[in-house]
Amino acid sequence: MSTDATLSFEEAMEKYDPVLGFEVHVELNTKTKMFSSAPNVFGDQPNTNVNEVDLGMPGVLPVLNKTAVESSIKIGLALNCKIAEACRFARKNYFYPDTPKNFQTSQYDEPIAYDGYLDIELSDGTVFRVEIERAHMEEDAGKLTHLGGSAGRIQGADYSLVDYNRAGVPLVEIVTKPIEGAGSRAPELAKAYVAAVREIVKNLGVSDAKMERGNVRCDANVSLRPHGRERFGIRSETKNVNSLRAVEHAVRYEIQRHAAVLDSGEPVIQETRHWHEDTRTTTSGRAKSDADDYRYFPEPDLVPVVASRAWVEELRATLPEPPAARRKRLQSDWGYSDLEFRDVVNAGVMDEIEETIAAGATASVARKWWMGEIVGRAKNADVDPGQLGVEPATIVELNKMVEAGKINNKMASEVLDGVLAGEGTPAEIVEKRGLAVVSDDGPLLEAIDAALAAQPDVADKIRGGKVQAIGAIVGGVMKATRGQADAGRVRELILEKLGVNA
Amino acid sequence: MAAINRDDVAHLARLAHIEMSAEELDRMAGELAVIVDAVKSVSEAAGDDVPATSHPIPLSNVFREDVVGHVFTAEQALSGAPDSDSDRFKVPAILDEA
Repeated sequence: MSTDATLSFEEAMEKYDPVLGFEVHVELNTKTKMFSSAPNVFGDQPNTNVNEVDLGMPGVLPVLNKTAVESSIKIGLALNCKIAEACRFARKNYFYPDTPKNFQTSQYDEPIAYDGYLDIELSDGTVFRVEIERAHMEEDAGKLTHLGGSAGRIQGADYSLVDYNRAGVPLVEIVTKPIEGAGSRAPELAKAYVAAVREIVKNLGVSDAKMERGNVRCDANVSLRPHGRERFGIRSETKNVNSLRAVEHAVRYEIQRHAAVLDSGEPVIQETRHWHEDTRTTTSGRAKSDADDYRYFPEPDLVPVVASRAWVEELRATLPEPPAARRKRLQSDWGYSDLEFRDVVNAGVMDEIEETIAAGATASVARKWWMGEIVGRAKNADVDPGQLGVEPATIVELNKMVEAGKINNKMASEVLDGVLAGEGTPAEIVEKRGLAVVSDDGPLLEAIDAALAAQPDVADKIRGGKVQAIGAIVGGVMKATRGQADAGRVRELILEKLGVNA
Repeated sequence: MAAINRDDVAHLARLAHIEMSAEELDRMAGELAVIVDAVKSVSEAAGDDVPATSHPIPLSNVFREDVVGHVFTAEQALSGAPDSDSDRFKVPAILDEA
């Protein structure tokens, strides 16, 4: 694979102004598919959630899922869109084995929702408005696995295997208008926008919203133009950008790549790019060509959807508290400062903290664990914190053991590592690794005597009133007890021993 | 004027992954042109007062409740497939698209 030239992000920003655009596909969590009564379930055995409609057999007729339409209207309303009085479906014709019908049933000239906006809050609190062009209903395609040749890559594959379980799963595609004026914050805005859409559909309860399962998928359009020019540059569309971090990285990479192309005097090629998480680069997919002639025409097998104003208002009345309002409420419930709360939101662990509190932890304990322990581990593992697999119940259990004095914070952190390594429950790991706070004062006093004898100058300082020097002695004791002592008790005993009141 | 020429047919054949000989293209261009012209006569019958429609029956909101119905077994689903492997349809690799 050849590597494309890139400019540094800073240099790209000096020379060019980025314009973004996003197509976000949201899989709805209805019980059945968009046009058939086959179940909409993830992860089942291949080709067991299909019937004649999903397989595009001759003579079958699609029938629209009412719940999917209602979910679509709710998404439109949550994105501040207008809801079409009447709209229809269209056939998007293409020949590829992911659709057995040779067309995807979608919406073309009459989307169910249009002309909306979303106010996106960036990490420093700046609010950026993203205009929504449309949100339309369509169906998902089957899943292809390319085999033979270089494994998993379409280039060089000998054949492909197709599972149609996903074919016909209801989708809502949300399309933004071109996003101008983001400047150097474009990558951050990209991530924040997709996060906001995910949060909205999750909050509405219309999608499971798990990006790692493809419930929310993003295609990111990027183009550059010289500062001050109004006309847009030629864009690339990066597909398969399926985590929040990847959205940010992909937009940043494409900006850097476009800038290098433009600097070399070449035109940017309008094409699809594939995102590669391993190298954090994109590679050329296919150029836009006449293969993109989808010959849309109105779907003759489905009748129009008419959304009466009464129906729309009825659905509007069921909308949950919007995410921005929810954030305000949670911050006040949890008693976090603005800075603490913003850090939590930026780290992407607000939902996780809410779940942990619901499982029985206090707000400060939940924050301590997620921000102090888990976010760092996720960063090292290069995944989103929620994907690390820490269960709220684990945190509650660990915290109980710490509060009961059975283990100290350092041991709790070690136990968490054990849980993540799949060694069992916290209680099992404590048992297996023989972790327990030494609470018998006898061995502690011995270790304290030794530590004081080893650092007589420090002992003198403490006696002389410099109590803050005690850390060195406590450290010595902890080392001697291999971290198994209760540091608070050690401190008490040292002060007692030296006859100092602190 | 014929609405379909030889280039259009060649373009459509390429989109549909159908290989057509020069002879077939010539013949099909002629036949399709006649068919399209015949269908065109419909638009002559419809005046400006007739709105475009995508459906002949004045119906809307034909919905299905979100209740799970029947499914095929993988065996049934694959029974008409030319080739299969591991409960999935086996298809030739298509290299130029993704």
